[in-house]
Amino acid sequence: MSEHIKLTVQAIQSQFNAVVEEFRGETSLIVLPEFIVPVMNSLKSNFQFNALMDVTAVDYYPNETPRFHVVYQLYSMPENVRIQVRATLNGNSPSIDTVEKVFPSANWKEREVYDLFGVTFIGHSDLRRIEMPEDWTGHPLRKDYPLGYEEVQFTFNYEDIMQNKPQPKD
Amino acid sequence: MPDIREVSVEELRHLVSDRAMTGETMLLNMGPQHPSTHGVLRLLLELDGEIVVNMIPDIGFLHTGIEKTIESKNYQQSEVLTDRQDYMNPSGNNLVYCLAIEKLAELDVPERAQAIRVILAELTRINSHLLWLGTSGMDLGALSMFLYCMRERELVLDIFELVSGQRMMTTYIRPGGVWRDVPDEFEAAVRSFLKTMPRRIKEYEDLLKFNEIFLDRTKGIGVISSEDCLAYGLSGPVLRASGISHDLRKKQPYSGYEKYDFDIPVHPEGDIYARYRVRVEEMTQSLRIIEQALNKLPKGPVRSNNRKYVPPPRSEIGVSMEALIHHFKLWTEGFKPPKGHVYVATESPRGELGCYMESNGTQYPYRVHMVTPSFVNLQALPLMSRGLYIADVVGIIGSVDIVLGDADR
Repeated sequence: MSEHIKLTVQAIQSQFNAVVEEFRGETSLIVLPEFIVPVMNSLKSNFQFNALMDVTAVDYYPNETPRFHVVYQLYSMPENVRIQVRATLNGNSPSIDTVEKVFPSANWKEREVYDLFGVTFIGHSDLRRIEMPEDWTGHPLRKDYPLGYEEVQFTFNYEDIMQNKPQPKD
Repeated sequence: MPDIREVSVEELRHLVSDRAMTGETMLLNMGPQHPSTHGVLRLLLELDGEIVVNMIPDIGFLHTGIEKTIESKNYQQSEVLTDRQDYMNPSGNNLVYCLAIEKLAELDVPERAQAIRVILAELTRINSHLLWLGTSGMDLGALSMFLYCMRERELVLDIFELVSGQRMMTTYIRPGGVWRDVPDEFEAAVRSFLKTMPRRIKEYEDLLKFNEIFLDRTKGIGVISSEDCLAYGLSGPVLRASGISHDLRKKQPYSGYEKYDFDIPVHPEGDIYARYRVRVEEMTQSLRIIEQALNKLPKGPVRSNNRKYVPPPRSEIGVSMEALIHHFKLWTEGFKPPKGHVYVATESPRGELGCYMESNGTQYPYRVHMVTPSFVNLQALPLMSRGLYIADVVGIIGSVDIVLGDADR
């Protein structure tokens, strides 16, 4: 861990009770979702992490507590270091404050996490689906959402499939 | 056929200005099928006459669920899917995916493989910039630009076919190195490309640099300031054209880039013309890197010897029991990297291309997320085009150089 990251980690750990993990030279801080906006503000103003490169989520179904980890990748251009912040969310109603006010680049990325995982971002200016069509139900990247294959049409199920197939209208 | 769904302005009320509610401004759909949007991008333009008051991009038309599919295939099988994401930079996608696997599994990559990877990545960068030059020149009216750039791309695609058998989606870069050694004709083909290319780049510059129409259409249009760039997380040529010198090949070098000597073009203006200059100069710098890599190409193996991740060569399988078992395991199950998560970022022709990979110890990736530059750069499109004409919007989309496969995955 570089000096800058050591200072950052010590401060965030003491202030917000974060758990620190280090793997393959990368540092990640695991925080509770209530603290995410103060943590982001502190990282941006005090420790010069001025670019949010990514907001994504991981689904740990069937583990319900926590079920989701929302992962933020931050990059500091002056110091040239990266750090990862993870917020743990439970499965019943995953919602977390938006970091859009701190980093405007989180706008579309949080929309994507909402669309594909169903995590609601409180305070987001424009929370709509982005990748899937607007009237889609379900959140595809969750582990309990099926991959969705097309059934192969053999002779024994030929009529069944032909009935459900969309046909051109006359 | 699915029923047509009518969307009223009410749904987008929070995004459009008040004048759209009264009908004073018009909402025009620059639909997914449009010759100038470089793919299936839908833009909802709120127009006051011909001036864009607001713009709402709508993506998702090319979403094929690559990340979901990767979770059900093993690591080698899903590398093929990463090729097809940013289809103008397939070697770059393979490279970032393989770098993530190598970081997770602590796999070594021999030096010859690193040099070959750099050559391929830079050739892909030139390929992508040539296509950008052709299509964005065509959008702005210089129709002959397109065919000249296609002519050069054919030379690069021939080199890819020589090396891997495939023109575009090569999947040549694999975890542990590259698939097989380059054939003997590779060096001659690349050197002849290096000889013809500088003259051609000069031809393209002469075509456009002093053309009054081109300058009028690109100077001062689509300006984005460097603070906005950082706030919106932009990267790549768009960032460098706004004055910030940031290139991951220099800042956090990967795959041996620290050994090569090259410059990073930076221009402070932030308009379309600055992005044009940055990309053309990047092509020249890529040629420098390729020449250095080719001159210094070390001899040696092209793939790691770690048989847990890399299949043994055919000749070994007949004589060694361990080789046979390794081959069997790799083909039936696939390799199993240790538990953990990594994030690796490289510099694609469009910006920072990153791969967040999490493994839970099985042969299927638990979660792979590709952080793609086109997705991020599209967010700033409304900011760049407020108050400009529709014709300028066409130029701006071309200058940001989005590829929808990248944005939608």
